[in-house]
Amino acid sequence: MSKFRNKDNKGTPAISTAALPDIVFMLLFFFMVTTVMRETTLFVEVIIPKATEIKKMEKKSLVSYIYVGPPVKRMQASFGSKSRIQLNDSFATLDEIQEFIASEREAKDEKEIPYMTTSIKSDESVKMGIITDIKQELRKANSLKINYSTRKGTY
Amino acid sequence: MARKKRGLQEINAGSMADIAFLLLIFFLVTTTMDVDTGIARKLPPMPEEEQETPPEIHARNIYVVLVNAGDNLLVEGEPMNINQLKEGAKKFINNNGANPTLSDNPEKAIISLQNDRGTSYKMYVRVQNELAAAYNEIRNEIALERFGERYIDLNKSKQKEIRKEYPQKISEAEPKNIGG
Repeated sequence: MSKFRNKDNKGTPAISTAALPDIVFMLLFFFMVTTVMRETTLFVEVIIPKATEIKKMEKKSLVSYIYVGPPVKRMQASFGSKSRIQLNDSFATLDEIQEFIASEREAKDEKEIPYMTTSIKSDESVKMGIITDIKQELRKANSLKINYSTRKGTY
Repeated sequence: MARKKRGLQEINAGSMADIAFLLLIFFLVTTTMDVDTGIARKLPPMPEEEQETPPEIHARNIYVVLVNAGDNLLVEGEPMNINQLKEGAKKFINNNGANPTLSDNPEKAIISLQNDRGTSYKMYVRVQNELAAAYNEIRNEIALERFGERYIDLNKSKQKEIRKEYPQKISEAEPKNIGG
């Protein structure tokens, strides 16, 4: 009977951690691939409104963002609290929108231009006057696909 | 001075996991998984110089929605609560000639939206949302009735068929500046 019994029982053997780096690396690569770094620092405060009839935006690389809202607290000393437009990494005026769209187009392939979308990320409190002006500028720039950025939720 | 020949020494890979963990945590923290969502709209192109006269549209086929600077609604000349807008729009689109003040048929129905420069963006999005919801619900009802499936579950060509019968026509007038 003692044939199968271990003569010197050492207790439970340590779990091999040799595969741990592999597992961790796998996770690491997953996150590296899926991650999208925040490109712009926001100078305006944006709380986007809620809506129920929302659609997912496709092809993030073809989307250009226009941020509208009151400047963030630390900027209010120099820029006031009136709503402003932010393009890329700086405050902008209305006339700069056309230029912005043109430069966004330049960076893209010609075939992709008709699919380009402009996403308006605007704060809830913003008045429609400024949004309308932006829309007019976009019409002038012939960038007609727009998207009012909203988050899911009911009122 | 006699040395034992050991061949190539193995690199200690014990700390590999630690390094990988560090990187992993960095990417975990910086990653943003949120998908952008929103209400998609198409702007009308700029009017050309020699503009042909627009086709005449019968007044009954236009559903006028006005929003003033105080975020109040005026629909077809009557003040309305935002909660009723969806039902109102659905009734208008689905009228099919029954009520002489509402639309002839869904294909001709146009919703005209006009807002003030002082209207808040929140209200504007909400109105757009309610109107979109009206169309989505109608399309869904038709899809269930005709194909026994929800609109989003239908295939492309069936969706197109319904879209053609119930086109989403929301026209936005140039905004006015009344209420500052």
